[in-house]
Amino acid sequence: MTNFSRRKLIKTGLSAAAGVTGLGVAAGLAKNYGLIPPDHAGIWGVGETLNYASYRLLTNHSMAREFARSEISATPLANEMSPPSDEFKKLQAGGFADWRLAVDGLVDRPGAFSLEQLKSFPSRSQITQLACEEGWSYVAEWTGVPVSHVLEAAGIQPHARYVVYFSIDPDWWDSIDMTDALHPQTYLAYGMNGGDLSVGNGGPLRMRVPRQLGYKNVKFITRLAVTDDLRKFGKGLGSASPEGGYAWFAGV
Amino acid sequence: MAEMSRHSALVRATHWIIALSSLALLLSGVEILISHPRFYWGENGNVLTPVLFKLPIPSSRQLVPTGYGYVLPDQNGWSRSLHFQSAWLVVLTGLVYVVAGFVSGHFRRDLLPRGEDVSWRALWRTVATHLRFERPSAAEAWSYNLLQRLSYLFVIFALFPLVIWTGLAMSPAFTSAFPATVDLLGGRQSARTLHFFAALLLLLFLLVHVGMVWFAGFRSRMRTMIRGRIDGPLEGA
Repeated sequence: MTNFSRRKLIKTGLSAAAGVTGLGVAAGLAKNYGLIPPDHAGIWGVGETLNYASYRLLTNHSMAREFARSEISATPLANEMSPPSDEFKKLQAGGFADWRLAVDGLVDRPGAFSLEQLKSFPSRSQITQLACEEGWSYVAEWTGVPVSHVLEAAGIQPHARYVVYFSIDPDWWDSIDMTDALHPQTYLAYGMNGGDLSVGNGGPLRMRVPRQLGYKNVKFITRLAVTDDLRKFGKGLGSASPEGGYAWFAGV
Repeated sequence: MAEMSRHSALVRATHWIIALSSLALLLSGVEILISHPRFYWGENGNVLTPVLFKLPIPSSRQLVPTGYGYVLPDQNGWSRSLHFQSAWLVVLTGLVYVVAGFVSGHFRRDLLPRGEDVSWRALWRTVATHLRFERPSAAEAWSYNLLQRLSYLFVIFALFPLVIWTGLAMSPAFTSAFPATVDLLGGRQSARTLHFFAALLLLLFLLVHVGMVWFAGFRSRMRTMIRGRIDGPLEGA
């Protein structure tokens, strides 16, 4: 072996080692700072991680765009929906008086809230856009209680990292990190455009996460579970969406 | 002819990475588009809103009125993931290419129109050459003609930035941090419509580009873009 090629070999080896070490350090840092999404494995993991990590680095305190009342859409599309279950129809017949939102997991006071109790909390309104991953959108005024208020009422424990939320439809659940859960625009919405939230739009209670796309805004919410580990839920991917091929993080 | 360098290794590597990622973006973009082949202007737009225009194709969603009696399968899950992963690759590779292009003098030397070419006469001459479908001369294998320079500059400094900007303007997360990126375009639906047209122009560029490579001599041009050298006889010379 000539000197030249040996030098080249050493140089290549050193740069490869530096590259691998660099990647390892970056991955470790990303994990420490909570920049890795639960669906980071598989062929799309790199893209999903870059999307979520840049969201976390860029947008911790940013607010979703709010609009003037004049920009509210006349057609807040309800979208397709599976027919309501018997359980849902029974609750609907009773005017949702028996609807309960269970709050459990890493909270000091697990329990359940009725809609009336949720409405007795300070209500907030936002005129924001709901954008579907398919491409369509509408602007509406949403009224509800910030998720942060409900969680604080239940007492969040310090090692909480995610809030998992469940629809009355057992196949439909999702989760957000604590930064999103405690964000001032993240609501449990019960009103829209001045009236009650219609069933088509997710009434009586819908998760509203305006910095993410429509499918993150799960309808008919019955339970919040605070956790430090998403692997305990479903297939461990953080939501029903990745199980159906869609990304957990839906900010793009 | 002796082996001589035509395209630097960096230009060749970034060319092929961007070519492959762009094809992936095109394919996944079409799949995503099929779920809602309708376009609007402003902030609001859905199946209950009047369209700016719509494409006469079937859709992968039941709710979209297309006039077709069937609904295509939903491919948005993997399409979206492929779209964003390829977009990252294009943006990062594009950044390397652009920075290197300025530093190495590639833009100034190879893409900026030459002094003697900055005239309507020169522009007309090269347009006329193209319109007569004259095969490029041997000298042209060594440098780009005026129309090539102008279209490459337009793609690199206008179309790619526009398609990236309009893409980001559709992200509710990104626009929460940088609301001006969507407000300047007139709203989310405007951004989506502009994204479609920018992609259409990129597709047009791709077709003309490949067509011209074919015309100039596909095998020799491909060999040059892969290996960087012009060796062997020049086709079309």
